[in-house]
Amino acid sequence: MMFGVIGALALILTGCAPGSNTSSNNSSAPTAKPNASFSQAQFDLENSQRTATFVGDPSTPYLQYLAGAMVKPAGFARTTPGKVCFSNAALSNTWRQTGWITMNQQLAVLKSQGVISQLEARNAQDSDNTQVADIDYFIKENNCDAYIIAPNSPQATAPAVQRACATGKPVIIFDRGAGTDCQTSFVHSVGGMAWGIDSASFIADNVKKGGKVIALRTAPGVDVFEQRWAAAQHIFDQAGLTVTDYLTGADPAKIKSTITDEIAKGDIAAVWVDLGDQAVPAIEAFEDAGKKIPIVTGEDNLAYLRAWKDKGFTGFAPVYSAYQWRTALLAVADLFQGKEIPKNWVLPQVPVKAAELTAVLTKNAGMPDGQYARFGGEDLPGFPKVWQDRVIP
Amino acid sequence: MTAATSRYEAGRLPVARRTVRALATPGGAIYILLGVLLVLLFLYNPSLGESGQFMRFIGRTAPIAIVALGQYFVIVSGELDLSMGAVISAQVVLAGNLIGQHADRVLPVMVLMLVVGIVIGLLNGVLTTLFRVPSFIATLGTTLIVSGVTFYSTGGAPSGNPVDSFRAIGRAGIENVPLLGFVPYSVIILVVLVGVAIWLMRRPFGRLLLSVGDNQAATALTGASVWWLRTRGFILSSIASTIAAVILVGYAGVSPVVGQGYEFIAITAVVLGGVVLGGGRGWVLSAIAAAFALEVLFSLLDFVGVQSTWRPAVQGVIIVVALGAPLLRWHRGRRHSETTVAPSPSPGESVED
Repeated sequence: MMFGVIGALALILTGCAPGSNTSSNNSSAPTAKPNASFSQAQFDLENSQRTATFVGDPSTPYLQYLAGAMVKPAGFARTTPGKVCFSNAALSNTWRQTGWITMNQQLAVLKSQGVISQLEARNAQDSDNTQVADIDYFIKENNCDAYIIAPNSPQATAPAVQRACATGKPVIIFDRGAGTDCQTSFVHSVGGMAWGIDSASFIADNVKKGGKVIALRTAPGVDVFEQRWAAAQHIFDQAGLTVTDYLTGADPAKIKSTITDEIAKGDIAAVWVDLGDQAVPAIEAFEDAGKKIPIVTGEDNLAYLRAWKDKGFTGFAPVYSAYQWRTALLAVADLFQGKEIPKNWVLPQVPVKAAELTAVLTKNAGMPDGQYARFGGEDLPGFPKVWQDRVIP
Repeated sequence: MTAATSRYEAGRLPVARRTVRALATPGGAIYILLGVLLVLLFLYNPSLGESGQFMRFIGRTAPIAIVALGQYFVIVSGELDLSMGAVISAQVVLAGNLIGQHADRVLPVMVLMLVVGIVIGLLNGVLTTLFRVPSFIATLGTTLIVSGVTFYSTGGAPSGNPVDSFRAIGRAGIENVPLLGFVPYSVIILVVLVGVAIWLMRRPFGRLLLSVGDNQAATALTGASVWWLRTRGFILSSIASTIAAVILVGYAGVSPVVGQGYEFIAITAVVLGGVVLGGGRGWVLSAIAAAFALEVLFSLLDFVGVQSTWRPAVQGVIIVVALGAPLLRWHRGRRHSETTVAPSPSPGESVED
C-alpha cells in the first residue's frame, strides 16, 4: 500500500537528481536563466558609485553626497518649526530599529534648535496596504509640513507617494526607492547591488575557480534582497564559482540544518548571506560539526562582527548605511532652513574589512548584538546609552 | 458480527500478523515511509554513519518531534492548536531578552517560561471548551495575542543570544558515549518526553482523551470531565512548545522567526502519522515517527539539490502524496471489508474478524 508513495517519491527525487537542476548550473553563464532583478546599467552605476569620491567631510558621513543636481528650497523654507509626518515600512529588523533610534536622537537635536516641532510616525509593519493607508491618513489630516516615506515595496506605494507629492509639501523618500520620481529628494546609501558586489567580490577574490559557495537568501521577491543577490550571483558567475542558494526566511534553525547538510556533502569554500542575521547560525553549524570555519560574509551588525573577531575566520562585512535614517530628517531640516539638498542624495556605504575590525569593535564595546557598527550617531546626545538600552521610541 | 469484536481481547493474534495489519494502517505505514526515507538519506549522505552524526541528526529533529507530540494530545481529543509557532517564538524571545548574559537567571526564567506556557494552554483550553469557541479560532486568537505581546515588548527584533550555559541545552550533549559517540541533550529530552507521552496515553487520562475525540457525548455520560480533559491536552501542547523553544534557542539562537510555521509542520506530522484530524484515533509514536520522517525528507532535499525556488512546491507535492496515498488505499480497503469488521482497526490494537 505504501508503494504508490514510494514510487512517487522516487520519481520526484530522481527528477531532481544532483546536477539536473541545482543552481550550480547557474554558474555556466550561457545557459543560465538571467535573474529578473539583474540590470547591467544599475550594476555598473552602483559599482562605480561604491568607490566614488563623496562631497563633504568623511567624519560626518551622514551629510556626504555624490555631486549632482540640487533641489532649491524655494517655498519650503519656514520661519517657525514644522511638523514632519513619517510613514515607515517597518521596524521588524535590527537594522531598522537602529536607524529609528538614531533618527529620534537627531529629532531631539532639531527640536531644540527650533527647526522641527514634531515627528508623527506610523509603522506599516511590512504591509503595503497599511502603508498606503498611513500616507493617505497623513494627507487627509492635512497638517504635515513635510513627508518622510520609507517605502515598503517601491511599486505598490508609488500612487500614495504621488498623492503626497501633490500636496505641494516636500516629500523625502529614503532606503528603498518609491517607483516614482515626484519626490523632492531620495536619500539612500549606494544600494543593494553595491552591497552584493562588495561581499561577492571579496569571496571571488579569495576562492579558487570552481570552489563551492553557499548563498543564504532571506526571501524571494523582496526588492532589497533581490538586488543584493542579483549582483552577487553575477559576480559568482563571472568568477566561475559553484553556487548553491537556499531560501531560509532568516530562520536560524533552518540555516543551521541546511549548512550542516551542505558540510556533509563536501567542502565549502565560502558562505555568502544577504542579511547579517543569517551569518551567525551558519558559523555555529561549522563549529558544531567540528569543521574549520570557511569564509563567511555578514553585515555590520555587532553579532556578526563579534563572532568574526572571536572565532577568527575570514570575514567581510558589507554595509547598508543605517545613518540614512537621520539624513532623511536632516534633509527636511535643510529645506525648512532654506538650504539646498541633493535631488538624489547618495550616501557612502563603506564595508568593514578585517584591518579595521578590532578598531570598530573597540569603538562599539558595550553595545548590544543588534546594534550596527556604521550607525553614524556617535555625535548625537544620548550616545552611547540610548543605543545600549535600545528602548524603541 | 456482534460478538466478534473486542479491542482488548485477551487472546491476541500472533505478533507477525498483528504487525502486518498495523503496518497496513496509515499509522503503521509511516514506519515504512520513514524506513525508505532513511535508507535514501544514508545513500545520499554516507557521513551520517560516522560516530555521533546520526545522533546529531536526531537532535536537530527533536524540536519538531516534540511539537508534534504536543499537537498529538490536542488533535486526538478532537481539537487543533494553531498557537504553537507563536508560543515558540514568544518563548525564544523571552529567553533571549530575560536571560541575556546572566547565567544565574537561567532557572528562574525557565520556570517563568513554563508558567507562561501553562497559562497559554489553559487559555486555549478554557476558550475552546467552556466558552465553546472553535479551537481553530480560539488558538488563532491566542496566536495574535502572543505575537502581539512579543512584538510590543521587543519592537519586532530581540536583543541577542542568551548566555552559552543556557544554550548548551539545545547545542551540547554527552561526549564519548560507547557505540553512539555523541548524544545531544535534546535527544535525551526527546526520549524522556516520548516515554512520558506513551505512559500518559496508557493512563486513564490518555484513554479518556481518545474517547473524548471519538465520542464527546458518550464520554461525558461516563462521568468524565470533558472540558478538563481537552484543556489538559492544550496545556500539554503549550508545554511541548515551550520545551521545543528552549532547545531551539540553544540549537539556533534567538530570532523572532524561530518557530514560524511549526504548528503546520506539527499538524502535518500528526496527520501523516495516521492520527485522524477529528480526533479519537491515532498512535503517539506514529506522530513522532512522521515528524522525524518529515525532517528526513527536508534534509534529503538538501542533498538531492532541489533548486531553492522549487523547494516549497516539491515539499508540498511529497507531503500531499504521502498523506493522500495511504489514506485512499486504506479507505478503499475498509469499504470492501465493512461487512466483516465493524470498528476500524487502529495500530497497536488487534481486531478479530
